[in-house]
Amino acid sequence: MNDAVDVALRLLIVFVVFLTLPLIIGQTEHKVMAHMQGRLGPMYAGGFHGWAQLVADGVKFAQKEDVVPAGADRRVFQLAPAVALLPYLLVLLAIPIGPGEGAVGQVLDAGIFFVLAVMGVGVLGSLMAGWASANKFSLLGGLRTAAQLLAYELPMLLAAASVAMAAGTVSLPGIVHAFQWWWLPWQIVGAIVFFVAGLAELQRPPFDMPVADSEIIFGAYTEYTGLRFALFLLAEYAGIVVLCGLTTVLFLGGWHGPWGADGLGWLWTLLKAAVLAFVVIWLRVTYPRLREDQLQKLSWTLLVPLSLAQIALTGIVKVVIS
Amino acid sequence: MSIAAASHGFLSPTGVEIAFLLVGLVTFGAALVTVTTRQLVHAALWLVVALGGLAVEYLLLTAEFIAWVQVLIYVGSVVVLLLFGLMLTKAPIGRSPDADSGNRWAALAVAVAAATALVWVVVDAFRTTWIDLDGAAAGSTKVTGESLFRNWVLPFEALSVLLLAALVGAIVLSRKAKAAAPAAARTPGAHDDRGAKEGAR
Repeated sequence: MNDAVDVALRLLIVFVVFLTLPLIIGQTEHKVMAHMQGRLGPMYAGGFHGWAQLVADGVKFAQKEDVVPAGADRRVFQLAPAVALLPYLLVLLAIPIGPGEGAVGQVLDAGIFFVLAVMGVGVLGSLMAGWASANKFSLLGGLRTAAQLLAYELPMLLAAASVAMAAGTVSLPGIVHAFQWWWLPWQIVGAIVFFVAGLAELQRPPFDMPVADSEIIFGAYTEYTGLRFALFLLAEYAGIVVLCGLTTVLFLGGWHGPWGADGLGWLWTLLKAAVLAFVVIWLRVTYPRLREDQLQKLSWTLLVPLSLAQIALTGIVKVVIS
Repeated sequence: MSIAAASHGFLSPTGVEIAFLLVGLVTFGAALVTVTTRQLVHAALWLVVALGGLAVEYLLLTAEFIAWVQVLIYVGSVVVLLLFGLMLTKAPIGRSPDADSGNRWAALAVAVAAATALVWVVVDAFRTTWIDLDGAAAGSTKVTGESLFRNWVLPFEALSVLLLAALVGAIVLSRKAKAAAPAAARTPGAHDDRGAKEGAR
């Protein structure tokens, strides 16, 4: 009985985190983008600086009619948002935010493989949406999504493999336990490759070619309205949470910090993830969109060789110090 | 331990065994639909269900590492590649009239023969082996890695050489196609291309 309560409580907490953190990031994005572009942004909803704007957006989405195009493949079309969103919920289960059993939804033996595998499944949702919409823009978006995933999955995996080699384990809490401060300069190339590849996998600017609004409207999501569209947007923000959390855990030492490591470890994790999320938003406002060929070139000619070099470096240092 | 081993039987299945059987049935059903459906993209999506079901079976057999690698490679990459190909060929929504093959009975015979051989080998090899679910995981990353790089190094290396050969072969094939292409592109078509690009700008 106690076990069941424990499991239920963990699931509930992860679910609440899953519902709140993406919204906080969304609101932050509103505000940060507004300030960087010298404008106010939404200011009325809820009073203080329009804090309730996202809630109002949610209500608006819920009120809209749920349209399925006549030519679309109904079941695949309706299933796609769930396939896009659920994997990120599962990934959140495995990310540790502090030391000890209590600070992670579920300790997995091969945690790093689990998170990367399940994150890749989320892209299937975009592909399903792109094909099932019976819309040429959607199909183009789906094609670009698939090409982008195939290009960026490899450097992401290689960068993660480098950390696993350094730590000698593939368990996420195990990697953070093994973390030393000098891993930061040692793994910095891998960290950048991982973060950039993750951004591309989430289709965030400057890698938002698959949803480039000025040429293919909104890619795979063009035909979606109402709650299903909102679920795709939520999946994007949940993806930011997951990517920032993973980068923190793998490369930035998770709950380790210069002081207050005992008891306040979870605060360090959240702080590092929040800074990374800010960087994600910052990049969106700063960089122009990469063209499709530039996207592919960046991955195959820059990120893959860099991550291979990082693995070689990791191996050499590992052999030298052991 | 020996008493526990002796009490194993097929008549009093545990929860895990029932789950294993049910997931197996779902996997089998999904695989059947994959090869019989007339809708190409649906076939690819049912393949996701079949491969995912296989991953769950690995999990139930305590082979966690293999299960996640299965999801990573097959669901995450192979199926995405398949869907990419299907989208490039403009797979229609609804039934494809020509999604059928006259070889279907030969294919069935080959499939049944392969399945029989595989089931025979597996049953013969693991007839009386039971996985102890309460002890340390028998398929954890550490155990898998140790057995792979101690007992099975030669097959592993042979497979990697095979993959390398396939990779080199693919590159050679695509380079050949490229060498023939520029000769065709020197024709006035190239000018049209540039004009189209400037128009797009």
